[in-house]
Amino acid sequence: MEIEQLKSTAVAVRRDILRMVAAVNSGHPGGSLGCTDFLVALYFDVMNLKRDADGKPVFDMDGRDEDLFFLSNGHISPVFYSVLARAGYFPVSELATFRKLDSRLQGHPTTAEHLPGIRIASGSLGQGLSVASGAAYSKKLNGDKSHVYVLMGDGEQQEGQIWEAAQFAPNKKLGNLTAIIDLNHAQIDGTTDNVNSNRDLAAKYRAFGWFVDEMEGNDIEDVIRTLKKAQENPEVPTMILMHTEMGFGVEYMVGNYKWHGTAPNADQLTQALNGLPLSIGVTDY
Amino acid sequence: MYISFSNEYMKKYEYTEKKDTRSGFGAGIAELGRSNPNVVALTADLAGSLKLDTFIKENPERFVQCGIAEANMIGVSAGLTIGGHIPFATTFANFATGRVYDQIRQSVAYSNKNVKICASHAGLTLGEDGATHQILEDLGMMKMLPNMTVINPCDYNQTKAATLAIADHVGPVYLRFGRPVIPVFTPADQKFEIGKAWTVNEGKDVSIFCTGHLVWEAIKAGEILAEEGIEADIINIHTIKPLDEEAILASVKKTGCAVSAEEHMINGGLGDSVAQVLARNYPAPLEYIGVHDTFGESATPDQLMQKYGLTADKIVEQVKKAIARK
Repeated sequence: MEIEQLKSTAVAVRRDILRMVAAVNSGHPGGSLGCTDFLVALYFDVMNLKRDADGKPVFDMDGRDEDLFFLSNGHISPVFYSVLARAGYFPVSELATFRKLDSRLQGHPTTAEHLPGIRIASGSLGQGLSVASGAAYSKKLNGDKSHVYVLMGDGEQQEGQIWEAAQFAPNKKLGNLTAIIDLNHAQIDGTTDNVNSNRDLAAKYRAFGWFVDEMEGNDIEDVIRTLKKAQENPEVPTMILMHTEMGFGVEYMVGNYKWHGTAPNADQLTQALNGLPLSIGVTDY
Repeated sequence: MYISFSNEYMKKYEYTEKKDTRSGFGAGIAELGRSNPNVVALTADLAGSLKLDTFIKENPERFVQCGIAEANMIGVSAGLTIGGHIPFATTFANFATGRVYDQIRQSVAYSNKNVKICASHAGLTLGEDGATHQILEDLGMMKMLPNMTVINPCDYNQTKAATLAIADHVGPVYLRFGRPVIPVFTPADQKFEIGKAWTVNEGKDVSIFCTGHLVWEAIKAGEILAEEGIEADIINIHTIKPLDEEAILASVKKTGCAVSAEEHMINGGLGDSVAQVLARNYPAPLEYIGVHDTFGESATPDQLMQKYGLTADKIVEQVKKAIARK
């Protein structure tokens, strides 16, 4: 997709996120906004997805011969749902049901409601890297050449299971696995440095045997370039430290960890949306 | 295996050899390695204890050694199902459940993944390693999880048959077995039906609902009771969930009282599942054989089963108590 189109899609996704969390006065806008450009680049450009004759993505759980994405930090579900809907997995109008009774769009992503595009439940942190490693292993057993992506939070790196998986993936030579850490330096109780510092993540993952790379997560072109490079390591998994701004795209949210898990009120929503004008031909849900 | 009648009240179960149930699992997964190309075996540094040797030798590419990292093993198993594999994640019961409860809950049960959690060394009969390894709460934890099937077979042959059966069942399964060698008394050629109780003996005076290593004890109890003229209806509940409520109710409607027997905490185990069925449908006296809200300790399996009251003699005692309450 053209960069301009990706950028205008990202604006629409950011508006979706803000309206979704504001509508139910709950959810996690900060990390969602920060990861918007990454997920738009991934789903609208980088990944090879199974599609029907009309180019619409077709979902099946097994996902053979197509790239897969797992969201480990499930609390940024708003951006995941918006991107899946706008990529064509389910109607964009369904975003209005987020976190409401009988919705397929649960607070945290789940397979239980059979929402197309979701392959694992996530929310309890630290589990996605293991699941993605299993899916990458499964592809290798199947002789399937496609790639597996997983996104984690930086606060999430405090979970012990991450480091079990960090040891596993290079030892099993899972070169078809690319993991991305959303390095926004914030978590619920404050900055990651203050809460429980991750220290030097790049050095840690290098020591565990990963190819470590970095990218600017709010620069779509850099995201595409870096992700494509990650596919070139046949036997070594790639860990990308993705620098993002929590709340990116909404001026008053940027750099304030309060917006990790707080929804904007009506006035704040209006103010935020005014700063994110839709392109011609693009509409809200 | 030979069955005859010792007297009119009790079938006679005899055996020619003793084997461990974990070896029944090993034989089952070896057979699956040959018959089902989707089966993958994982372990967390316990391949020998789980009797995976044959499977590994014959299918090295479908064996995933995870090292001492059980949480990751559960997550990797969930991921392996995507693409059509059937992961059998193996370790000791303690590390297969309590240690990784949240991983099982979110990545396996809630996500409804076709993962088979295969757990050896369950209960007191793990023996000398002591309470840190003797989990007595695993059936309770696993049966509470929606989507989870929970199976606790009673001997080598039943464990092997159950291992084959769960590969054909789509959905998460917890299969629990153990370390000690015990009589092999069920048929080698049996077909294991998930959720369908097995009537070990028919009787009219008391129902004994038993599972795992306690089934052989229940048979011995049935023989003692038969000598005294008490006819025990002995039902092997190998599938803790889904529970064969029909078999439980049919038996208790006939006998009017029951005893449950399991190598597990009485809180939350088979006995509590039976109690719920009876309380809701057909209230009747129920006595429990199981561990009473305490941790285990180091000793030989036999010594522990004696000390914690998981024996034929104790079943007989509880049967008499239950009958007296009718």
